[in-house]
Amino acid sequence: MHADLTIAWAAIIVFAIAMYVVMDGFDLGIGILFSRFKVGTERDTAMNAIAPVWDGNETWLVLGGGGLMAAFPLAYAIILPALYAPIIAMLLGLVFRGIAFEFRWRDAGHRARWDAGFCLGSIVATFAQGITLGAVLQGIKITGRGYGGGYWDWLTPFTVLTGLSLVIGYALLGACWLIWKTSGPLQAEARRLAAPLTPGLLAAIAAVSVYTPFLNSKYYTTWFTWPGFCALALMPVAVVAIGVVLRRHLRRDRDSLPFALVLSLFGLSLLGLAISMWPDIIPSRLSIYDAAAPYRSQSFMLVGACVLVPLILAYTTWAYWVFRGKVAEEGYH
Amino acid sequence: MTGTITALNLARSQFAFTVSFHFIFPAFSIGLASYLAVLEALWLKTRDPVYDNLYRYWIKIFSLVFGMGVVSGIVMSYQFGTNWAVFSDKAGPIIGPLMAYEVLSAFFLEAGFLGVMLFGINKVGPRLHFFATCMVAFGTLLSATWILAANSWMHTPAGWMMNETGQFIPSGSWLAIILNPSFPYRFVHTVIAAYLTTSLCVGAVGAWHLLKDRTNRGARTMFSMAMWMAALVAPVQILAGDTQGLNTQEYQPAKVMAMEGHFDSYPSGAPLVLIGIPDEEQRRMRYSVEIPKLSSLILAHDINAPLAGLDTIARRDWPPVAIIFWSFRVMVGLGVAILGLGLFSLLARVRGKLYDWPLLHRLTVMMGPAGFIAVIAGWVTTEVGRQPFTIYHALRTAESVSPVASPAVTVSLAAFVVVYFSTFVSGGIYILKLMARPPSSNESVPDSLPTHAAGITPAAGIEAHRGH
Repeated sequence: MHADLTIAWAAIIVFAIAMYVVMDGFDLGIGILFSRFKVGTERDTAMNAIAPVWDGNETWLVLGGGGLMAAFPLAYAIILPALYAPIIAMLLGLVFRGIAFEFRWRDAGHRARWDAGFCLGSIVATFAQGITLGAVLQGIKITGRGYGGGYWDWLTPFTVLTGLSLVIGYALLGACWLIWKTSGPLQAEARRLAAPLTPGLLAAIAAVSVYTPFLNSKYYTTWFTWPGFCALALMPVAVVAIGVVLRRHLRRDRDSLPFALVLSLFGLSLLGLAISMWPDIIPSRLSIYDAAAPYRSQSFMLVGACVLVPLILAYTTWAYWVFRGKVAEEGYH
Repeated sequence: MTGTITALNLARSQFAFTVSFHFIFPAFSIGLASYLAVLEALWLKTRDPVYDNLYRYWIKIFSLVFGMGVVSGIVMSYQFGTNWAVFSDKAGPIIGPLMAYEVLSAFFLEAGFLGVMLFGINKVGPRLHFFATCMVAFGTLLSATWILAANSWMHTPAGWMMNETGQFIPSGSWLAIILNPSFPYRFVHTVIAAYLTTSLCVGAVGAWHLLKDRTNRGARTMFSMAMWMAALVAPVQILAGDTQGLNTQEYQPAKVMAMEGHFDSYPSGAPLVLIGIPDEEQRRMRYSVEIPKLSSLILAHDINAPLAGLDTIARRDWPPVAIIFWSFRVMVGLGVAILGLGLFSLLARVRGKLYDWPLLHRLTVMMGPAGFIAVIAGWVTTEVGRQPFTIYHALRTAESVSPVASPAVTVSLAAFVVVYFSTFVSGGIYILKLMARPPSSNESVPDSLPTHAAGITPAAGIEAHRGH
């Protein structure tokens, strides 16, 4: 009974992370690409494309952190000190970016500075998120019920690779969002930017996928024995197929399709990550069952999640529906 | 040993810094969201343009305050793990679900409807837009409910037991945890504080513009609304504070002893120490000015009631006396000043001089930041008063800290200070600039906004809608 609840909570946390990537990925991506857009209309329109939704998007990150603390407190207590520096860097990046977002409109005198802050904050936050992901995947030292490693354990070639991969991935998501939500020169610029980013993301996914099985013998066995091998065989085919379709559609007029395709690439990567780690929350050291909060805590929250998450999805969808369609240069009319 | 103490103090400084900065924004946005809902309701009811002009005036400020609250709040949800890992592990099964409910029920509600509130007026129509405003206001209150339930539980833990790994886990009903003994008092006192803080701020902005132009309709309306709030709610707040004090007296007597500066027990009637210098080394008050027996009257409603002092508490369980003694006096002093301002405004109203008494307006401007200072001071009193525990009498602060050594905490503390000051301070300056602009009878977007972005700004949206 408790084991089922624990699995449900692991699924909810993964769902929150997925939602976060879906929702905040593109607005961080627009931040990453921001310096490439022309000062004036292009930049303003790019901002308008995310203005009504960004703080809702970041709420999924709060749910990821809060949910982890609530459902798997031991994992939260070990992962956060282990990733002290990247987590703080991510938070500061998000602060900078959020403030710049608000103030570039209002403090026109320093707009260039706010724009630079928006871009830099987005890059730092994304890179730190990628590092966090890589560092969890490569494993964390535990002593007793706490983190047992040093400050710099999170910094390895692998984590730098995952950090860069995420920057490329979010940038591509951002470009595809602009292809969907804008028109004219900005859309053309987004198509131009998306073209090299597509093979870039495929290469990044390939590199991380090839690296991962050699991090830990457990990953190796998962992927190179039945039934993992089956997934191993299918994954590259699916990724490459999506990549090819994506590349072709970047030039055509189905404007919403590239965004959906990039999301499916993220979905596959997340699935691969879940297959690698299952059933651990800290690879080979702490399973989701060991880290689970007691039955009463998980069941209390599950009631709330079952009622509230559908409600959240409903009014979030409504909010997006209100702002549907292309963002004109003049903003929402 | 010195190393761990330094790391502990640094972790505490960092947390105190980020959470104090954060607290300012919700204290303002809770009140402002409700104020905006009232303004929009009045507009819908009376169709008097002054209300929708004021709505447009204040929503610009609200969107900035809210945005700063969001980003500084994200930091908080991770600081528990980075700085207080052991606390998170041990108390996560109880604190975690309360915060998860806050995110699920309140944060999403606020964020989901905020976009429509700010940018959606000409997309959804006035009634649905009013609904969005109400949802945002309701979300801010819901958020306060959950976070104060979690915070109160740390002060007056109830409904818990300990499992074999040393975690605090629910022993039965969650209601016992949520409705822990100090929660109702803390909730009432804190929410009223947020409303008063906002009304002082709104009042100060109104007064500032009345000093320059006493015929400005928007300034008159906001000033009058704010002064009603101050006059009517300040006495309620003093009462609420008193009952919370009695609740604290029951559950956390050491905190009240520190607030009162009572190092010694008084077998028959304790004096009220008005002012003095607490000397923790010598365990006595220096240069104190006291009113005999008054403390017993306030805390026990009997001038001869015996009151215990810090001499009945083990030294290692003392909170830092001097900080609490002073922060409490700052809060109470400002509370009394706010009450005085409210009474002054009533006098001016009775004499028909509410808009024509520059002294009242100057005082109100001076009192503009008083709410923020009082909120922070009150909050320092209660949280520092919880020391040396994170969970009162159940988990010590020194046992809650993360295994992160001081250099890492030092660097990150410095980074927080630099980034917060450069971003939030420039944000605050900009808000002051917005406030310095008088509310016009045709309130629109600030000049600095590019005209082509007009469609996405709330004010222009409302304007466009009403122009139909």
